[in-house]
Amino acid sequence: MNMREKERTVLQRYTITELDNGHLYIHLNGRIDIESASNILNTLETKILSTSPKIVTINLDNVSYFDEYGALVLSELRKIVADQKGTLNISDKKNRSKIKASVANFDTPEKTTGIRKSPVNFFVRVGDASLSRMDNMKYFTSFLGSVILSFIDVLKHPKSIRLNDTITCMEKTGVNAIPIVALISFLLGLVMAFMSSLQLKQFGANIYVASLVSIAMVSELGPIMTAIVVAGRSGSAFAAEIGTMKISEEVDALFIMGFNPTTFLAVPRIIASMIVVPILTLFSDLFAIAGGLVIGILTLDLTFNSYIAQTLKTLSLFEVMWGLSKSVVFALIIAWIGCLRGFQTRGGADAVGNSATSAVVTSIFLIILFDSFFAVARSYLW
Amino acid sequence: MPNDAIIQINNLSAKYSDDVILDNITFDVYQNEIFVVLGGSGCGKSTLLRHTIGLEVPFAGNVTIDGADLINCSETEFKNTLKKIGVLFQGSALFGSMTVSENVALPIQEYSNLKNDLIDKIVNLKLGLVGLEGYGNHLPSEISGGMKKRAGLARALALNPKILFLDEPSAGLDPITSKEIDELILDINKNLGTTIVIVTHELESIFTVAQRVIMLDKTKKGIIAEGKPADLKKYSTNQTVKDFFNRKSNKK
Ligand SMILES: Nc1ncnc2c1ncn2[C@@H]1O[C@H](COP(=O)(O)OP(=O)(O)O)[C@@H](O)[C@H]1O
Ligand SMILES: [Mg+2]
Repeated sequence: MNMREKERTVLQRYTITELDNGHLYIHLNGRIDIESASNILNTLETKILSTSPKIVTINLDNVSYFDEYGALVLSELRKIVADQKGTLNISDKKNRSKIKASVANFDTPEKTTGIRKSPVNFFVRVGDASLSRMDNMKYFTSFLGSVILSFIDVLKHPKSIRLNDTITCMEKTGVNAIPIVALISFLLGLVMAFMSSLQLKQFGANIYVASLVSIAMVSELGPIMTAIVVAGRSGSAFAAEIGTMKISEEVDALFIMGFNPTTFLAVPRIIASMIVVPILTLFSDLFAIAGGLVIGILTLDLTFNSYIAQTLKTLSLFEVMWGLSKSVVFALIIAWIGCLRGFQTRGGADAVGNSATSAVVTSIFLIILFDSFFAVARSYLW
Repeated sequence: MPNDAIIQINNLSAKYSDDVILDNITFDVYQNEIFVVLGGSGCGKSTLLRHTIGLEVPFAGNVTIDGADLINCSETEFKNTLKKIGVLFQGSALFGSMTVSENVALPIQEYSNLKNDLIDKIVNLKLGLVGLEGYGNHLPSEISGGMKKRAGLARALALNPKILFLDEPSAGLDPITSKEIDELILDINKNLGTTIVIVTHELESIFTVAQRVIMLDKTKKGIIAEGKPADLKKYSTNQTVKDFFNRKSNKK
């Protein structure tokens, strides 16, 4: 049956006869079920509201099927008619008792509890939100504490570290991210070199493109870009993995077996991230410089040797180490927040999704925040 | 029956945020017995179990397992108590990233220094016990719900715990598997002297395995009956209890 046919059969479920002195006579026929209910109710409601009849009689003689959707319609109609100061009668030749009973079910004043949670007022919501923020802060610190304790524990008993998990995690977080990090950085180097060359060309300062790309990448953009990619790829994965384990009681099972869930789940991820993110950052630096090099050779008439020489002249060991130490801190943030959001997960599948999202958002925010701290600290170091 | 209590629950009250789930519950579980917690769904059976094994901190009251007060004891004592218990969770709670064998092996690796091939032997033995030989290399996502339950049981049994907690071990299983699990429970209890606490609402298994039961009720938020299942069925005067054992709905 296509849509149009369906509509037509639904429309044919009633005939309305208007008698004089405000009497409305309605014949229902066929199946009164979930498909026809809303249509019947809407049309009849409009009709009743426009004519305001004193008496409405609904005839059910030809109704072949009638369920609680039908009962709901009749009960609603009765209310509407009553609002118009009229009365509604139901006539049924077969006098089916079931129909009467099920209409009566809806007629009795509501003793049902609401299906949806009732909305609470503004102040309650603000209060709740503040409380949950505070809880969140408490959890932030207590989780950090538990991570630190776990690390102390791991240092004391190096055997308790989950080596295999750490290696798997290094592979997932590091090795598998190389292509995307390399590609993004290469393009970033390319773009940076190209855009800066447009300006620097005017002064004949082509060679400084190499300096610009390398210094910007190594001290700022490399660590940041890598951290953002890792936060999106792995921070969310940490949150989702641990969150799923949390809601399926696997974390409880670990606890009962005598494992410390933080040591078991968070420590491998944190260690793995802190090892691979700096390496990824190095890759990112290299590929960005390669991107700049391509532009330098193709559009700025620089030679391979002069570009590399200028890059090396610009970069100091301090610069490289600075970038790498930042990336270690970013790695810590990503893994810490990812695991934290995972452990905070409560509820069902949607909660896991929320944790993953919030892991990415929170860690990117903290990455940028800490990057500014680094910038401030550096300006005081000189 | 040796009448020394191995688990003592005193005046336990449990809340989730503001909802009181259990109100002032007191009971003992004795050494070597099979003890069943029963009641309709949503009445707080799992909640009671989670409080008993120390996963949740009670709002009020005490839980003592084998002499250790779970709420006030030291960390070491708590750890030692955990070693004595095995738990089968309602949803099995197998680790999704590990095979069935690795799941069972995990607690053994943690608590013993046995070589891996020896651990494998024990794991195979345990899997055989629950009828899962040959499925060791499957991931939890590759086996059926009933098999997951049995794998979870094998994992709970891995350390031959002194007390075994089973949350609905046979819910959703076919009658034959369910009967096999009942027999397994009886075997474990007889051969190893394990105290077993089972949460269930399967009448059949209650009559097969339970030596003593308590029945929880959602409206009373507490225990409405305690005793041998056969006695409760015959002599209980409480309507809910009678209906439960006679499989009646509480509508007329
Ligand atoms: N984590 C939780 N947070 C809030 N309420 C919960 C939670 N777990 C269970 N409940 C509530 O506690 C009651 C008892 O649940 P549960 O112990 O799982 O019942 P049972 O195992 O007897 O079926 C239910 O009403 C349920 O809604
Ligand atoms: Mg339950």
